[in-house]
Amino acid sequence: MTWKIIKLSLKAIFNNKMRSFLTMLGIIIGVMAVVILVSITQGATSGITDSISSMGSDLITATISDEDVSISAEEAESLTEYRAISSVAPVISMNQTVKKGTESGSYSIVGTTAEYFTVQDESVQSGRILAPSDIEWYTHVAVIGTEVATDLFGTWDAVGGTITIDDRNYTVVGVLAEQGRSLAGSDDSKIIIPYSVAERITGQSRISSFYVKAADSDRVNSAINIIEMFLLRTTRDEDAYSVNNQSEVLDTMNDVTNTMSLLLAGIAAISLIVGGIGIMNIMLVSVTERTREIGIRKAVGAKRKHIMLQFLCEACILSIMGGLIGLLFSYCGISVYNLIAGSIIAMNLTVAFAAIAFCAVIGVLFGSYPAAKASKLQPIDALHTTG
Amino acid sequence: MIKLRHIYKSYELGEVEVPVLKDINLHIKPHEFVSILGPSGSGKSTLMNIIGCLDVPDSGDYILDGEYVDSCTEDELSDIRGGKIGFIFQQFNLLPDLTAYENVEMPLLYHRIAASERRERVLKTLEQVGLSERMNHKPSQLSGGQQQRVAIARVLAAQPSIILADEPTGNLDSVSGKEVMDIIRELWKNGNTIVLITHDNNVAKQAQRSVYVHDGILSEKECAI
Repeated sequence: MTWKIIKLSLKAIFNNKMRSFLTMLGIIIGVMAVVILVSITQGATSGITDSISSMGSDLITATISDEDVSISAEEAESLTEYRAISSVAPVISMNQTVKKGTESGSYSIVGTTAEYFTVQDESVQSGRILAPSDIEWYTHVAVIGTEVATDLFGTWDAVGGTITIDDRNYTVVGVLAEQGRSLAGSDDSKIIIPYSVAERITGQSRISSFYVKAADSDRVNSAINIIEMFLLRTTRDEDAYSVNNQSEVLDTMNDVTNTMSLLLAGIAAISLIVGGIGIMNIMLVSVTERTREIGIRKAVGAKRKHIMLQFLCEACILSIMGGLIGLLFSYCGISVYNLIAGSIIAMNLTVAFAAIAFCAVIGVLFGSYPAAKASKLQPIDALHTTG
Repeated sequence: MIKLRHIYKSYELGEVEVPVLKDINLHIKPHEFVSILGPSGSGKSTLMNIIGCLDVPDSGDYILDGEYVDSCTEDELSDIRGGKIGFIFQQFNLLPDLTAYENVEMPLLYHRIAASERRERVLKTLEQVGLSERMNHKPSQLSGGQQQRVAIARVLAAQPSIILADEPTGNLDSVSGKEVMDIIRELWKNGNTIVLITHDNNVAKQAQRSVYVHDGILSEKECAI
């Protein structure tokens, strides 16, 4: 019986191909809007959140924004005395013109210690990282990013080469592993030198920021408290510094993405509802057109529920079929987007499933009024047998 | 079997109430072949709708097989129609999108009859009306006489005890009309109760007994039409 009703509905839909397709168009466009927009938003932001989370949630960044406040590397490093803090990497950052023969370019210079590589979870693909002795002996060595290596040496194989920063020669001892792009631009275009050497370039013994690695992720909050207390004690000015944790940034990022997806899905849901109204409209026309059929069916023994089920089934099939066609088009749309934008965005399956479920709900919701109307037709009125 | 007692029925036409049936009393015994004669507008179709449980009277009793039909709900009426009554209409009333086979099968779908038995019944009744060859044709591909025979097969497949025929030959040429009447007479001989509604005296004569409806009043005697 159920199968017969589905078959009957399909027959009615295919008997009127053009009209059925136009009716489904509203649903098709609605589903495409939901699936494509949400997939692209989530695909684009997941790249950013991935790069943030790869830095680790136990990483805390402290930035001293007030130029007049002076915190030395030693003061910052003393924080490791606390059990909640496993390592501290002081950072002096600046932008300098870097030369190599005739090639030159402006790069961000990071003056730091060996701890930096642990805290930031960075490693070298060739050569070595900074050693404690480099800081102690003021050796002019540099670990460079892959982009710097390509720019200045034309190759990643730059270990042993010499670059000139602020009229002094530095030996390249290592090349960093490739990072890719992130929110703050390319991470591959930095040069890491011992912070003691950087101090000499700036002529000041103050650090601009320091990175802290908490002992474990459960103690991130207590580590943040310790750092804030330390900075407040040293600077006596709450506005002179800021302390950030990656997981906070990540949370904010996720919030933004989710709000955005929800907003887009909401807008697209409205178009789905409009599509549903289209289905209701056509179903009402269909009920009027098929009054005679309903009358005949009732005359031979069909009950209200049979007629109701038949029209409800038809509305649901229309909307679910529209949804599936919409998914197919969405898949094509995303593929085309990937081809043009060169990205690898996948269709968001949760949203796809939700869209189909929503279509089914719309089918029932907007099909029930026409179906109820059909089932209430009196057989004699439907048969026109008066007189 | 069919007992109508003091049946009244009227329709509202705007503000005016038009009486269609006035104090109808009719008793039809099992296996009887009764024809109801009357001109158009006399109320005979309304009478048939009431007998066929498509409509309920305003007042009066309708007892079908000992059951008071006037107090039934819509769905109970559907059950009675499906189980006991078969309709043969003047306009055939086949579903144009379904094949002859599917048209005959359609009522059975509403009665929860197993697929194998359904198939058996459909094939048997289509053979009975001589249309086995054309069971995959749609109504538009069949002649009027053939369409009416499909409609009769549809009635037979549901195995009703009462067959109501409303001007079954009205839209047919004389040859097809005769064929259809032969089948109806055959059904009567096989034990069905037949109620035939017509305005044609020649058709009515084939029945055992005729009653006449005129201006909503039923009489056993013929009056001027």
